[in-house]
Amino acid sequence: MEKFDVTVIGGGIVGTAVLDRLSRYQLKALLLEKCDDVASFTTRANSGIVHAGYDCEPGTLKAKYNVLGNPLIWKEAEELDVPHLKCGSIVVVGEDGLDGLKELERKAKANGVEVQILDREETLKLEPNVADRIAYSLYAPTAGIVSPYQMAIGYADRAVSNGAKIVLEAPVTEIRSKGGEYILSTPKGEFSTRLVINCAGAHGADINDLAGAEHFETTYRRGDYFVLDSTERKNVNTVIFPLPTAAGKGILVAPTADGNVIYGPTAIDTNDSEDVASSLDSLDVLRASVPLTYKRPAFNKCIRVYSGLRTLIGHDFVIGKSKLRENFIMAIGICSPGLTSAPAIADEVLSMAQETLHAEKKAEYVTVMPRHKRIKELSEEEIEKLIAEDSRYGRIVCRCEKVTEGEIVDAIHSPLPATTVDAVKRRCRAGMGRCQGGFCGTRVMQILSRELNIPLSEVKKGLGANIARYRVKEVE
Amino acid sequence: MLEYDVVVIGGGPAGMAAAIAAYDSGAKTLILERDVRLGGILNQCIHQGFGLHYFKEEMTGPEYADRFRKEVEKRGIDVMLEAMALSIGEDRTVTALSPEHGLVKAKAGAIVLAMGCRERTAGAIALPGMRPAGIYTAGMAQKLCNIDGYLVGKEVVILGSGDIGLIMARRMTTEGAKVKLVLELMPYSSGLKRNIVQCLDDYGIPIKYSHTITRIVGNPRIEGLYYAPVGADRKPILEKEQYVSCDALLLSVGLIPENDLINGSGVEMSPVTNGAAVDENRMTSLEGVFSCGNVLHVHDLVDNVSEEAGIAGSAAARYAKGELKCGECVNVTAKDGVRYALPQRVNRGEGKVRLFFRVDNVYKGARLVVESGEKTLVGRKFQVLAPGEMGSVDIEKSDICGDIVVRLEK
Repeated sequence: MEKFDVTVIGGGIVGTAVLDRLSRYQLKALLLEKCDDVASFTTRANSGIVHAGYDCEPGTLKAKYNVLGNPLIWKEAEELDVPHLKCGSIVVVGEDGLDGLKELERKAKANGVEVQILDREETLKLEPNVADRIAYSLYAPTAGIVSPYQMAIGYADRAVSNGAKIVLEAPVTEIRSKGGEYILSTPKGEFSTRLVINCAGAHGADINDLAGAEHFETTYRRGDYFVLDSTERKNVNTVIFPLPTAAGKGILVAPTADGNVIYGPTAIDTNDSEDVASSLDSLDVLRASVPLTYKRPAFNKCIRVYSGLRTLIGHDFVIGKSKLRENFIMAIGICSPGLTSAPAIADEVLSMAQETLHAEKKAEYVTVMPRHKRIKELSEEEIEKLIAEDSRYGRIVCRCEKVTEGEIVDAIHSPLPATTVDAVKRRCRAGMGRCQGGFCGTRVMQILSRELNIPLSEVKKGLGANIARYRVKEVE
Repeated sequence: MLEYDVVVIGGGPAGMAAAIAAYDSGAKTLILERDVRLGGILNQCIHQGFGLHYFKEEMTGPEYADRFRKEVEKRGIDVMLEAMALSIGEDRTVTALSPEHGLVKAKAGAIVLAMGCRERTAGAIALPGMRPAGIYTAGMAQKLCNIDGYLVGKEVVILGSGDIGLIMARRMTTEGAKVKLVLELMPYSSGLKRNIVQCLDDYGIPIKYSHTITRIVGNPRIEGLYYAPVGADRKPILEKEQYVSCDALLLSVGLIPENDLINGSGVEMSPVTNGAAVDENRMTSLEGVFSCGNVLHVHDLVDNVSEEAGIAGSAAARYAKGELKCGECVNVTAKDGVRYALPQRVNRGEGKVRLFFRVDNVYKGARLVVESGEKTLVGRKFQVLAPGEMGSVDIEKSDICGDIVVRLEK
């Protein structure tokens, strides 16, 4: 049984950020993830917004980590070469909404966040396509967008580059204590560890129960989204919110860091931790709500719908050391603004872990990751040079997003390798465009098959499901 | 910088026919093809039914493509494979990317767009429910089956009755899969009648018109789906929801001309066809840029694509040599049951022009009328007109005395 100093359970944005911090110390650090890639559940399906932090209730952990996390995520997105844009956000209201904005302004002041109330004319300068009824907005210049899954993948890649270990398809099924250490059972074997950090997202409370730590009641809130064709990107400059309600920040219209536009999310309470099925009525709610803030809705330019789950434990994040189990740290119940808060939560968790670990920093570690080669972003001279070195960067596989074979091979051989079609998609966008892999899907499968040396029928879409199932003439 | 009279973007049936016609009209011609071989989507269409009109014989897709490929080779027309066109510059310079040649710049006297179309996806129709493995566009399932040799499932449901979906219903059946159900949102098929008969009826595969999917079930693989009839507003009637188990869902819910290269470039587009608006030479609103085949409007038969591409290719060659005469244009519009007519503009002058049109519903015994100014040019009764079958009528340019209207009298 392999022994580790510290084990993070869960490879979402929080778990990967925590592992990234730990990997800079002289520690044997492990991350166990139940899916076949990191960022496979909550982190892959959220709004990708870097929140400014004006709407969190002052004094909460959400307010604290959002405000601390905002500058960190901008810095680290740069270090990790993850697509991001500090485009600002606006909360837009009609004539009757000024009081609501003033309340947000008050919270912003308490949280130390820079905001500004704008009239219609000033709002239009920022965002010409707000709905005609919009009279005022609250502008937060430090807000913006980032690719949430690429952020987690970036942390994972950097952690692995710095010597941490990630084991995928390793859901923790049992946690027991033995001689002052925890033994974690998974289908990939048992792992021994001095310290456990629970970052298990939707299953955070389950992991607590397995360990005999504090018991929490969890509820979930599903949100459906539309993803629009990149041709819509030119119509949206900032993140456009309605006034927040008890159910959340409301249905937003926002650009994505990868150049699309999203409309969403809805807020549907559920008790099912796996319920990410979009529903007709929920999609109809989006169709009815988007025009209230945005005057150019283009549902006919939809290229994808998706759903994500917010995991709620009470009204705030749960971050801290267990009082029931020694050497057990929790960072769970991380709903919005979890993505923005993740780097600050990770810093906090690191200092809690250090109270047990007392590890020394490594003499050398990577902070700035090598730049991804993206044909779409290079100059003609750079493209020529790259293709001269490796012709695979001249072979476009994904036509819609202009992703080359070279970029796909890079994704497959990244520090945390992409081993599925979905994992390739999250890393380099092959299959994420308007044809949704209709053309390139089989070509990506062939490249995976070749690079991983597995038959085509073994290539998975993700989560263990293969795509080319049977050989022809093989059916009985 | 390469220089050609005519650069053809796309080496499928449209591109090959356009290049051959351009070459035969004396143009130095280049084909840019993004795949590893010429032929486009025909390469995976291994069923019969191609060439009945154009060659007066029945052949498979690859055979049809091979006829044209050999003609391209015979003429020694330059072909660049694995070359993806990225942009068209203002002086008609095409920039393409290729592993062999790097960034390619080809200055063209005229450009023929022949990029074909793509399939509408689960995302584009906002398919509700889970998003598991096991949902394929019909064309992707066809490629996996006919090119790669893999079958995507054994219990299949098909949404939409486009021709590729119908062809795949038969193909999956002959490979031993059970095609349980075809669901079509509209009260009629969007495919050819002959495909309904030969691919569904002959195999006893049920099709439910005015039905759609309400929820996909299964994770990480599709296990089944709920479907329901739709009302007059095409919204599902959820009280009548039913469940069917399946391990694969194929989508045949429409084709979209792949005009990424010119979308947003100012070329006048038709909101109905999603292709460029063209004159009878298939020239777009951008001088010297022509469009043909499925990138212009989605065809039912490749035979029509070849014919149209021939027109575009030879006109492109004449344009490059400065011989294409463009006179005063009249507009062609469609109404009263005619969804669109193409070309959208006709130059006044001499000669015959074939107008293609598509209707918006199934009409029996309706009369198609073409009027120009005060004059009725065509009045022809059709036994049946259906959205899945493109129609055509010929007019004489010399008869034109004003804008042209194509309409139906029911």
